[in-house]
Amino acid sequence: MATFTLNINGKKQEVDVDPSTPVLWVLRDHLNLVGTKYGCGIAQCGACTVHVDGTATRSCMLTVSSVGNQEITTIEGLSENGDHPVQKAWLEVDVPQCGYCQAGQIMTAAALLEKNPNPTDEEIEMAMNGNICRCGTYLRIRKAVKMAANS
Amino acid sequence: MTLVRTKIGRRSFIRNTGLASGGLVLGFNWLASCKMTPEQVDTLPKEWFDLNGFLKVGDNGLVTIMSPNPEIGQNVKTAMPMIIAEELDVAWKDVIVEQAPLNTDIFTRQLAGGSQSIRQGWESLRMAGATAKHMLKEAAAAAWQVPVAEITVKEGMLMHEASDKSAGFGEMASAAAKLEVPEEVELKDNNSFSIIGTDRKNVDGPKIVTGQPLFGLDVYKEGMLTAMIVHPPAFGMKYKGMKADAVKNMPGIKDVFHFEVYPEGVEKQWSDGGGIPELVAIVGNSTWECMQAKKALEVEWEEDSKLESTSYHDEALAALLETPQEQPARKDGDVEAAFKKAAKIIESTYSAPYLAHNTMEPMNFFAHVTPEKAELLGPIQTPEFLEKTLASRLGMPLEKIDIMMTRMGGGFGRRLYGTFAVEAAAISQKMNAPVKLVYSREDDMTQGTYRPAYKIKYKAGLDENGNLIAWHVRGAGTNDDLVWEHRFPAGAVDNYLAEKHVLQTNVTTGAWRAPRSNFIAGAEQAFMDEVAEASGKDPIEFRLELFDRAINNPVGDPKQNDYDPERYAGVLKLVKEKSNWNGANSGKARGVSAYYCHNSYVAQVLDLEDGGADMPRVDKIWCAVDCGIVVNPLSAKNQVEGGMVDGIGHATYSAMTFTDGKPNQSNYDRYRLIRNMEAPKEVETFFVDNGIDPTGLGEPSLPPVIGALANALYKAKGRRHYSQPFINDKPPIVG
Repeated sequence: MATFTLNINGKKQEVDVDPSTPVLWVLRDHLNLVGTKYGCGIAQCGACTVHVDGTATRSCMLTVSSVGNQEITTIEGLSENGDHPVQKAWLEVDVPQCGYCQAGQIMTAAALLEKNPNPTDEEIEMAMNGNICRCGTYLRIRKAVKMAANS
Repeated sequence: MTLVRTKIGRRSFIRNTGLASGGLVLGFNWLASCKMTPEQVDTLPKEWFDLNGFLKVGDNGLVTIMSPNPEIGQNVKTAMPMIIAEELDVAWKDVIVEQAPLNTDIFTRQLAGGSQSIRQGWESLRMAGATAKHMLKEAAAAAWQVPVAEITVKEGMLMHEASDKSAGFGEMASAAAKLEVPEEVELKDNNSFSIIGTDRKNVDGPKIVTGQPLFGLDVYKEGMLTAMIVHPPAFGMKYKGMKADAVKNMPGIKDVFHFEVYPEGVEKQWSDGGGIPELVAIVGNSTWECMQAKKALEVEWEEDSKLESTSYHDEALAALLETPQEQPARKDGDVEAAFKKAAKIIESTYSAPYLAHNTMEPMNFFAHVTPEKAELLGPIQTPEFLEKTLASRLGMPLEKIDIMMTRMGGGFGRRLYGTFAVEAAAISQKMNAPVKLVYSREDDMTQGTYRPAYKIKYKAGLDENGNLIAWHVRGAGTNDDLVWEHRFPAGAVDNYLAEKHVLQTNVTTGAWRAPRSNFIAGAEQAFMDEVAEASGKDPIEFRLELFDRAINNPVGDPKQNDYDPERYAGVLKLVKEKSNWNGANSGKARGVSAYYCHNSYVAQVLDLEDGGADMPRVDKIWCAVDCGIVVNPLSAKNQVEGGMVDGIGHATYSAMTFTDGKPNQSNYDRYRLIRNMEAPKEVETFFVDNGIDPTGLGEPSLPPVIGALANALYKAKGRRHYSQPFINDKPPIVG
């Protein structure tokens, strides 16, 4: 066990965990931030996507010891009142079915638009390709990303 | 209006104070504690009045509607309350939706399965709204000393025009709650609906997009331990022993023990289907610590029954396709005689592998079992059956068992089989502590309850005019006999023979979105295309001729046929028109398909993108659906699209295979699921507007799309795909 001070959603958070613990489980089990989801544990499905210094990152394979001072943003910290353009577009398009993967989808989309505010259809699909939606809401995901880009 | 007796679920309308004050809802206040929107907090009433188990009215007119059925992403948590709100005549903005706990005194069929929630809930949900409205009207009539028949209601306002009196629901709620539930109520005419048939957004949407706790895996309780299981590495193996001492001393680990999920004498329900009887439990403080212990634990397993491989399943299923069924499932006319005089005979065999459900949220459940009571909370499609199993497993009467459902991160049939909740309860009982059981993705994918592997052989005979004179189908599946003998084209062909076989295996299987149909539709509709081609007729015209036969001069007893040929033909005609089938189309490779299941009819035309890709992408799908009244078109279209993405994805990419009983796939690195770039570029969905009471919608779009894809692939590549996943169905190498 070791103590780590993490910068999460703009707040310093101290945790005492095994250094090998992935950030996903630190968020979920130790900080009660459960919006970041567990799907596969091997960075294949994207449900656990967070931003590390603004870059979409799979938190399930990111060990707590490797984070250092980098800023972590989770779905809970994406916006104060749930009004990030991507969140608003997600609601407007009514994207979710079961909803489980959507936090990861939204975090990936928000990171994309931060770097590329006007992505082409191909760029949207390419960026979103790492996030599995088992319910198959891919068409609405594309539409919502486009809507957020245009807002 | 239609006057109906409140006979359905009569006891549902006995006001149940237990719901408002019972131990589960208040004592187990996890879901209710979810953050409300600021508007909801601002307007919360001081007092709620229970009018029946389905709804309560606040003193300020806000209405809380309980959504009785489990939510797996089919969006019943929005649609079921919409139906109640429609008959209650409350403004949708004044409705708060809550997930109901399991309560068999109030609700009937609290189950998510078979696409039946809306169909089977339709009448009782409408009555719940209508009876409550009637009680509010009676209260107003008494207060104003006017006849109840003169009271009108609109958007939560009670009005008496002659005396110019009006009041909100909230003002009359207290008096209404003291009244008897009426014996008869009036239901609205379809054409006066103002909520049903309109687009309403997912009631959980704001919580989903902000990451608030909603799912079973999100449950955290004071003093809660985390548990994981270790199951045998192969089907056909069982627990022998383990060395657990070192692992028990690992950081954060509380206990490691072997346990029987279903000890002798436990009365199992069908929902206990594919469970593994003996497991090892690891219990600790956190998920990651349990995962580390799981890796380190050495468990010894021994062979219990045959260790089966995919090659064995393939060979055994193929052998069954060569075996006549002693008593055929259905026999009309004489197929053998018809084949002898046929001008053309077409014969093909189709196959598909086992599939895992792969809900994005792995199996999990929270349980807190004490000698006094059992509290369970988690994602389950069959809470009522779980309660019965728990009563037997824990040795407790039903009334001491409380079950609440969380939103589910997908179901697809997997959460019909609640063995994971029984496991959680058993572990909690042993630990005498609140426990959340968590499956890893690998546990989830390798524990079984799969969609069965299937093979099916079709043989059709055409006369010299290209008319279908004989149809022979023989199917086989693992633990499932596959063939629906009374579905199309039964009833449309003079000589018809349906035969089916089961291959019993120890690889456990269960319902997977649109059971059986998810394979047979694709096979049948691909074969139908081959037969239509051989007949020289247009594939849609060929099908319509068969439906005409089933309408005008059905073979056998028409009551026996499990489909309505007019509605079937209706969706085909609609999709034909919408896709401009006969016109100058895009020139793209195009396929058609139609299928009936879960009481609904779906037809699709599918275009593939141009280009020489090994597996061309779907460019566009036109989809016609007859599911009767559509409660919420916005989410209904989502279901239809998702079902088609699901069908295309699994038929193209996915498979579970086995070597000596051991699954070869355990995570998404080797189990391929469809991704964004592979999903259709465009979908257009059209609903038949016929005013028929609603039928299934969560499943019916999936099965036929596999046929439409197969038929378009044939146009694109000039060869037929017979074996799923299509990506592996390569042409033989010649030379």
